[in-house]
Amino acid sequence: MKLTKTYLAVLCASTLLSGASFAQTDLSLWYHGAGNEVESKIINQIVSDFNASQSDWNVVLESFPQTSYNDSVVAAALAKNLPDIIDVDGPVMPNWAWSGYMQPLQIDEAKVANFLPGTKGIWNGKLYSIGLWDAAVALYARKSTLEDLGLRTPTLDKPWTKDEFMDALEKAKASGKYKYALDLGMNDQGEWYPYAFSPFLQSFGGDIIDRSTYKTAEGTLNGDEALAFGEWWQSLFTNGYAAGTSESPADQQNGFIDGSFAFQWNGNWRAVATMAEVDDVVFLPAPDFGKGSKIGAGSWQFGVAATSKHPDGASAFIEFALQDKYLAAFSDGIGLIPSTATAAQMTKNYKDGGPLAVFYGLSSAQALIRPVTPGYVVQSKVFTKAMADIANGADVADMLDAAVDEINADIEKNSGYGH
Amino acid sequence: MASKLTRSNRAGWAFALPAFTLLFLFIILPFFFAFWFSLTNQRLISPNPTEFVGLQNYENLLGVAIVTLKPDRDENNQIIRDRDGEISYPRVRTITRSPDFPQYKGMREWFRWQSGDEAKVVVAKDVVFMKALVNTMLFVLIIAPLQGGGALGLALLINQKLRGINAFRTIYFMPVVISIVVISLLWRFIYDGDDGLLNNIVSALTFGAFEPVDWLGNKDTALGSIIVMSAWQAMGFHMVIWLSGLQTIPATLYEVAAIEGSSRWQTFRYVTWPGLRNTAVLVLIVITMQAFALFSQIDVMTKGGPLDSTQTLVFQAVQRGYGKQDISGGSVISVILFFIVLTISLIQRYLTREKR
Repeated sequence: MKLTKTYLAVLCASTLLSGASFAQTDLSLWYHGAGNEVESKIINQIVSDFNASQSDWNVVLESFPQTSYNDSVVAAALAKNLPDIIDVDGPVMPNWAWSGYMQPLQIDEAKVANFLPGTKGIWNGKLYSIGLWDAAVALYARKSTLEDLGLRTPTLDKPWTKDEFMDALEKAKASGKYKYALDLGMNDQGEWYPYAFSPFLQSFGGDIIDRSTYKTAEGTLNGDEALAFGEWWQSLFTNGYAAGTSESPADQQNGFIDGSFAFQWNGNWRAVATMAEVDDVVFLPAPDFGKGSKIGAGSWQFGVAATSKHPDGASAFIEFALQDKYLAAFSDGIGLIPSTATAAQMTKNYKDGGPLAVFYGLSSAQALIRPVTPGYVVQSKVFTKAMADIANGADVADMLDAAVDEINADIEKNSGYGH
Repeated sequence: MASKLTRSNRAGWAFALPAFTLLFLFIILPFFFAFWFSLTNQRLISPNPTEFVGLQNYENLLGVAIVTLKPDRDENNQIIRDRDGEISYPRVRTITRSPDFPQYKGMREWFRWQSGDEAKVVVAKDVVFMKALVNTMLFVLIIAPLQGGGALGLALLINQKLRGINAFRTIYFMPVVISIVVISLLWRFIYDGDDGLLNNIVSALTFGAFEPVDWLGNKDTALGSIIVMSAWQAMGFHMVIWLSGLQTIPATLYEVAAIEGSSRWQTFRYVTWPGLRNTAVLVLIVITMQAFALFSQIDVMTKGGPLDSTQTLVFQAVQRGYGKQDISGGSVISVILFFIVLTISLIQRYLTREKR
């Protein structure tokens, strides 16, 4: 008897509690930024604004640490337990779309017409995901370093050539002031490698895969241009210009800030933190190795799970999040490039004359997304290993051949990945 | 034995049921899955249907061949040598990537040796797997005596009645309790090539004569560094097992030995060691099994690098299964590992059996 009473009381209480959102349908959203306070604050703000702005949907946010995020999603997909709204890393999206875990967005393409190309996740001609920001990579340097070493400041229109870049490294090394002339972040053997280093390969004229067919890497990843790239890449380490794969994460985080490195090849998500520490930091465009200067593009984006029962609601949330004020908030908070020019004007760093404004142009003009194919997930790992091995002294031609063989065997095993 | 199990002891079975169920669900069943997946082209996620491919995966993993390279000759048919007098050979890729030799397609050089003027090159379909296999074997071979012996030494040390001996026991056992991931991270700092603790200590001891070594970044020292750290980490665990073995040896035996005037070494050799026989078997087998499963240290410290010098079987299985979404590839490695460990355990059991 007493039990029943308690039970009834609990039932009443819970109904009262949920009465506020009674008419709203819950939508789950998974996000990769657990542990990052700035990001969490902004994404939570967007979620609560959206929930307050209409009476149909109530988005519930769950955050995961970035390192295990992809594994969590794949595990959830296998267990048929995906959320409605998925946060997805741009280059991984085709793999999930092809596997049937995502569905195209119900967002009018005109709405995103003015977005940076790298922020649109398009697979099979349909828009599957869209990003609130794009990321870019730049050569971090100090104005004083450039002056001391007597180097020309490269610009978007006139970036450093390969020779100028090598000359800069040589001078920095010869000055004896630095532990290393260049830091490439070699300790982070994750998605950083293909994102940061495959643009170098493309600037030489090679690529991870032949993008005209997406069926083979033969000739693009082990052709003459790729071999030239590989030899150059290896020389960075054999000549002692750059820190190698065994660099400790702490050195990588602070090395440029405390002056151990003359130059650092780093993402602009570190820009805000670095500007706070180094007052005369400048962000230089990528050197041109012959085929124009190239940087990577495509960062985290939002998409809708194929299993979602409310794709209309999920798309409504994503569309809501695409407002310029949120793009600007993320940009100010982390230093990433806002997806639209109008949002860029609202930010501290990307408005005309801002310290990072140079990237907006760079990102729209020279950014190259990583290969758009479901096989990219494997190609990324293979490329990463090849880069690490070559940096550690493996034979360039043999290593690139091995990478090509592995990539091609994988494409064959997957019957061409639907291309 | 069998009669004991079949005798009506329902309570006993009921007690064992939860554990059996869990073992079956999470160890035995997945193993059969792995065995089946290794014969198919199962992917982690893919819209394509899974196909049965027979032993194809095993061939891709274990395929090995020997290629003979003839030296390059100039127009006078003289062997071309470089400045050091080394004979110059055509590159292996001229054979493995040539349409005239389809049997070597996709193979890579594993290692080579000289025979006369020719070079014999062993090419493998999956060089990374081969290196992982060799590294894992090497790891087991070195760590078993190192860890077992070290643990026995520690156990003998703390098996005395001294004041504060419990503090020592705690200190030695501490690394076992701390998560291996944390330990791996800490040792990364110790081994750091620039200003790591180890380099600093050694150069202080040698008054700066010692050249700093990048322990984990050098292919000749990386595996050794991981072996030392792993041996140290799990030593405390086996120390406790040895200790329990030591405590089962009757004190009267030691008294007799003392009266007979046996030396320390004789006491160990004729009293302690025979009494530890069963413990030794257990320690050896447990260490072997654990050593084959080497993964976390690699994942945290080196990711299999530099130049595959620290690749291991389990690390490769995880890399392929989850990283490259190739469940069948990961399963093949797991099945091969299972058979290796099974064989070795059986051999160990046979060698250490009770001789009546």
